[in-house]
Amino acid sequence: MTTLVARARSGRPPALSWETAGLPLVVVVMAAIFALYAPNFWAVSNAANVARQVAVLGMIGAVQTAVIISGGIDLSVGSVLAVANVLMAMGLAQGNLLLGLLLALGSGLGFGLINGILIGRTRLAPFIVTLGMLSIGRGSALTITNGVPIFGLPESGFAWIGQGYLGPIPAPVIVAVATFSAIWVVLTRTRFGTALYAIGGNEQAAILAGINTARTKIAIYTLSGLTAALGGVILTARVNSGQPLLGQGLELDSVATVVIGGTYLFGGRGRLVGTIFGVMFVGILQNGLNLLGISTFVQQVVIGASIIVAVLLTVWRGRG
Amino acid sequence: MDPFLVARGVTKRFPGVVALDGVDFDLVPGETHALLGENGAGKSTLVKILSGVIRPDEGELLIDGGHVRLNPPSVARALGISTVYQELALVPDMTVMQNIFLGRESTATRLSFLDDASMRHETHRLLRLLAVDLDPDLPVRRLSLATRQVIEIVRALAWRSRALIMDEPTSSLSRHETEELFERIGRLKAEGVGIIYISHRLEEVDRLADRITVMRDGKVVATRARREASSTELIRLMVGREIADTFPRTERARGRELLRVQALCVPGRVRDVSFAVHAGEVLGIAGLVGAGRTEAMRALMGLEPGASGTITAGGRPARIVSPRDAIRERIGLVPEDRHGQGLVLDMSVQENVGLASLEACSRHGFLLRNRLAKLARRYINRLRIKVRNVDVRVSTLSGGNQQKVVLARALAAGSDVLLLDEPTRGIDVGTKYEIYELIDELAREGKGIVLVSSELPEVLGMADRVVVMREGQVSAVFERADATQEAVLAAALPIEAPAA
Repeated sequence: MTTLVARARSGRPPALSWETAGLPLVVVVMAAIFALYAPNFWAVSNAANVARQVAVLGMIGAVQTAVIISGGIDLSVGSVLAVANVLMAMGLAQGNLLLGLLLALGSGLGFGLINGILIGRTRLAPFIVTLGMLSIGRGSALTITNGVPIFGLPESGFAWIGQGYLGPIPAPVIVAVATFSAIWVVLTRTRFGTALYAIGGNEQAAILAGINTARTKIAIYTLSGLTAALGGVILTARVNSGQPLLGQGLELDSVATVVIGGTYLFGGRGRLVGTIFGVMFVGILQNGLNLLGISTFVQQVVIGASIIVAVLLTVWRGRG
Repeated sequence: MDPFLVARGVTKRFPGVVALDGVDFDLVPGETHALLGENGAGKSTLVKILSGVIRPDEGELLIDGGHVRLNPPSVARALGISTVYQELALVPDMTVMQNIFLGRESTATRLSFLDDASMRHETHRLLRLLAVDLDPDLPVRRLSLATRQVIEIVRALAWRSRALIMDEPTSSLSRHETEELFERIGRLKAEGVGIIYISHRLEEVDRLADRITVMRDGKVVATRARREASSTELIRLMVGREIADTFPRTERARGRELLRVQALCVPGRVRDVSFAVHAGEVLGIAGLVGAGRTEAMRALMGLEPGASGTITAGGRPARIVSPRDAIRERIGLVPEDRHGQGLVLDMSVQENVGLASLEACSRHGFLLRNRLAKLARRYINRLRIKVRNVDVRVSTLSGGNQQKVVLARALAAGSDVLLLDEPTRGIDVGTKYEIYELIDELAREGKGIVLVSSELPEVLGMADRVVVMREGQVSAVFERADATQEAVLAAALPIEAPAA
């Protein structure tokens, strides 16, 4: 009996799984349906459009995957993104690109580091710490700007990172692909990645095996903050302004891409490839519904239902 | 007497394997019917069928002579079959009383408010019936494993069960607690409750059981009255071969000192404990559960924050405040709780073996997969871990092989001193013997082994010296020749209060 079970649940990912077969199929079927009912859907420009729209969500989803695999969660990503966005805009408004970048990425690093230290060095739950930071970040963005968006940024080459193309590929997509690649390497090829899985799977065992759990947690939350800030920088270039309310709900959308992608919400199990399709799922769904003229309000309902169905499928697959 | 519960020709197939093959089993009121067999023999499948967790593919189940369906477990329980699980199933943050009545809270006639008074009354009655002195309002979190188990038994009584299934109930109990449990089982029997008792410990089965059923490869090999069965015969029936000597112990030379512990203290748990371990030596640590043995081992690994004392490793003073420090000092712990502290169940065998050697198996933070695989394979072979390939999830292994994985991890990390906390707990006879062989081999190769065990015969059979702990302190140290069962037990048992 042992051998059979062992084969079925081998540590090597099975050829057919939710991440590599089930979810991609769902995405394809969904795309086909949209293509049938929304004539513009299949246009190349639309594909680039979808990719551009989900690029930032994708970057953050990739890091969120690693955070969730470690048994944590980062709810502060949307707020950290907004802080970085307004700081970047302020720098640009001064005509100082470098200052903007420094402030924006520095703030992300700072928020992430504080998250990480609180989670790694105290017994505070990641949910609580990052929930608090969600509010602190949003409040900071609103305080810095006094609640007023920053418009009228001077024209510069900086806009390329949000609006430009490299060949047919939108620039943000390139950043997102780079982020995914980096996280993939981290999760599958590094000691740090193995530590994340071990901590998420059984923290006691990880500690006993001499893994520095505090340092690992500090590192992953710092990385998460930094990535959210990078997303904020890209969005600054795209919306050409500083918006203190930018990225609201991003924390839930990013968790959605991870969970839809089949990663276990309580840590230890998950694959980045699932999140790629999770991001595509959310992106195509939003775009398709947009093209069909369905309101963003209804879209929220559909995405919420998708999360529940995805987790339900995970449970039925006997992994929940 | 007519049997209360009968299983006839029960067969259960899982994809590609017959877990149970035409099994007959019955339970008479007031008897203890022991179920023996190695892991994978089909005991747990049979128990799952009798407790309603799974349905048989073929065969019939009868209660009081009438055909019944037991699945799901709520049905089995309503029909009078309760189970005390190996992994205890209590809610830690609820009180004793709340746990006992979990799922069947007595409700007042009006609305569904809980009727505290009658639940309390019933709890007191049941606790008295089993002679348990316990405050019903204590949260279960604060109770020892042994007490929690008693609560599970009380819970079964509260359900007015007529059959109680106990799966390895003594695996985490000290000798004293085991005695108490046996006494309570006696009381249950007197109440007419039939007990299905699963254990790997033959001496227990020998003491408790009225009848013994031995299983192997999904079949019942034999059912005997206790008097008709000798231990040797039972072992032969279980494993299908003779096991000559229970404890393999070859001649070993005591080498240099590997670890010296002086005045080790853990506030409230361990007081002034000192001992030394040498190369080639098995140092047994005996004592009751709660004597502070586990805490002492954890302190040596840097897992007890308030701990103090002097540790000398390999002749040099060592400062150990985290497992990283301990591993650096070549000390490794195989913890008592395999699933809770030992293994990352979702990870592969290879990753679990290599978990404490990640630094040695990486360069600039990048894993050297080949080196990791080689390391894992070396220790998998050395410890004879039965696994098809190193990428298999560790959760698919048998308990004994899982235990070997934890041991392999400590060895792979280069440990010279191995702290083994209850290394054979919940492991079947055959694998247990293999673990003993490994302990002996490792000692012969120059490792220093600290063997913490609640099984006295194990300590006496394996150890070169025995340290006995009582209430957080070392109460006696015996050389092998002087360590008799009586002497060790006397040193382990609590001191009688002096007569007033």
